Amino acid sequence: MSERINIQKTYKLFIDGKFPRTESGRYIKWVDSKESTLVNICRGSRKDFRNAMVAARKASCGWANRTAYNRTQILYRIGEMLEGRRDQFMAELVLQGLTKKQATAEIDSSIDRLIYYAGWADKFQQVFSRVNPVSLPYFNFTVPEATGVVGAIAPDDTSLLGLVSIIAPVIAGGNAIVILASESHPLCSITFAEVLQTSDVPGGVVNILTGYRSELIEHFSSHMDVNAIIYCGNEGSDRKLVETNAALNVKRVVHFPEQNWSKDQHQSPYHILKCQETKTTWHPVGV
Amino acid sequence: MSPIFATPIDQIGAQERVSRLSSRSIKKESKVQALHLALNMIDLTTLEGKDSPGKVKQLCYKASHLHDSFPGLPNVAAICVYPTMVPIAKKSLEGTGINVASVATAFPSGMADLQAKLDEVTSVVDAGADEVDMVISRGKFLRGEYQYVSDEIAKVKEACGDAHLKVILETGELVTLDNVRLASDLAMDAGADFIKTSTGKVSPAATPPVVLTMLEAIRDFQAKTGKKIGMKPAGGIGTAKQAIQYLVMIKETLGEDWLSPNLFRFGASSLANDILMQILKQSTGNYQSKDYFSID
Repeated sequence: MSERINIQKTYKLFIDGKFPRTESGRYIKWVDSKESTLVNICRGSRKDFRNAMVAARKASCGWANRTAYNRTQILYRIGEMLEGRRDQFMAELVLQGLTKKQATAEIDSSIDRLIYYAGWADKFQQVFSRVNPVSLPYFNFTVPEATGVVGAIAPDDTSLLGLVSIIAPVIAGGNAIVILASESHPLCSITFAEVLQTSDVPGGVVNILTGYRSELIEHFSSHMDVNAIIYCGNEGSDRKLVETNAALNVKRVVHFPEQNWSKDQHQSPYHILKCQETKTTWHPVGV
Repeated sequence: MSPIFATPIDQIGAQERVSRLSSRSIKKESKVQALHLALNMIDLTTLEGKDSPGKVKQLCYKASHLHDSFPGLPNVAAICVYPTMVPIAKKSLEGTGINVASVATAFPSGMADLQAKLDEVTSVVDAGADEVDMVISRGKFLRGEYQYVSDEIAKVKEACGDAHLKVILETGELVTLDNVRLASDLAMDAGADFIKTSTGKVSPAATPPVVLTMLEAIRDFQAKTGKKIGMKPAGGIGTAKQAIQYLVMIKETLGEDWLSPNLFRFGASSLANDILMQILKQSTGNYQSKDYFSID
């Protein structure tokens, strides 16, 4: 028998709970730092983004209407699944330039972050809701509600932790998300999609694209059906573009500079609040 | 008429032809033109048991004000409602030039005796309906009582007077394309002005092979008699892309003459908004959101 040949994984996109190739048929060659491994990453297009948006919009209502407790269970489940896939993420993170120690730390933090937001998913509404004193015969109360579909440009310098840190609070809050994975460290994003797909996350709630920021950021920011946009990065011109295009339909804009995502400041219930809308109800009483 | 004389349909051939026509790429200016045309061919429809006068009035307003912030849009061709809503629709549409179409003959099942059906048709025509959408008796058709079905259509046509008659074949219940062809021939021979695929209450509704089969029947009927019969696919057409694919299919099967609301209609409720979103996408360059269009 001849020597066995390794079967390489095809990295595809994650749209509507499925793994399609990019409709454009374009690929980006990704080579590891030692130039020993070559991977073809899908170069997602405007139309891939459009398809992902359709899927996200369709899924968003059902996801928001699930009980908060159920969202908690599912987020916890993502953490469980990630735990079981450690080796695969370890290999990919090392391939992308981390030491084994750094990779272990990144996977630990990612799992912990998912569990952290799983815990908050059924509690933040109680913490951030309030009863407002009004001088009229009304019971007046305020609750945060999901904003809808969030478009996100993931942090570029981390493959897994940045992605998880953006996705977890957004879906914990009942939103659907279309996220563009790190351009320079894309490997873990699609493997993480496999984790999501086996974690009872309904198809379309999380959609992950790979490709060039410079090509897609225009479409992420100008799509009228995106309710909030998260931009991670330091590029001034990108930020300006996002802010300008967001004004088209008054998207919520959230910005994170490139930074160390393992810090504690990156897990906070206030991050969930960033993609929430405030609903105040006037309920007549005592008449 | 007996099925022995019917034209047999090559099902695989029809599917192949349809998939080839559907892969045509219509872009930029030609897309915008096609979208405007499709908008103008819509029978804006509401056929729910819970329809209210308010809902019908709202739909009639929408028919002539599709998206006021974007000037230059055509109106839809007609409003399609249940018989009891005809007077309300007629009044709301006064002066707009938009037709009122009413379903009749015990829509959607067609399970009523002939006299009841004829009375219903007479009453909607008296109430001002410009077009009548009747359903054929599928049970009788499938049992082979073709003469009954044919006579029924002829009598309904008579009861219609000047109103246009659209005959709904409900192809989802006819099972085979051979039956679709036979029912089409039968309806046209009996005096239909339009043949229509479905009620929208049965799945599958309009599918491309069925529409192609009906278009070919219309083509052959014209060759035989010189009469131009209209076509109306209805049900399950919700996207601008599907609408354009149907336009390609008509152009290739019947020619330019049928690219007009006089001879082609879409029966749809949500199609109009999708087309509007596509037109605005072409004009602004940005993908649109349902949030900024009327609720249908």
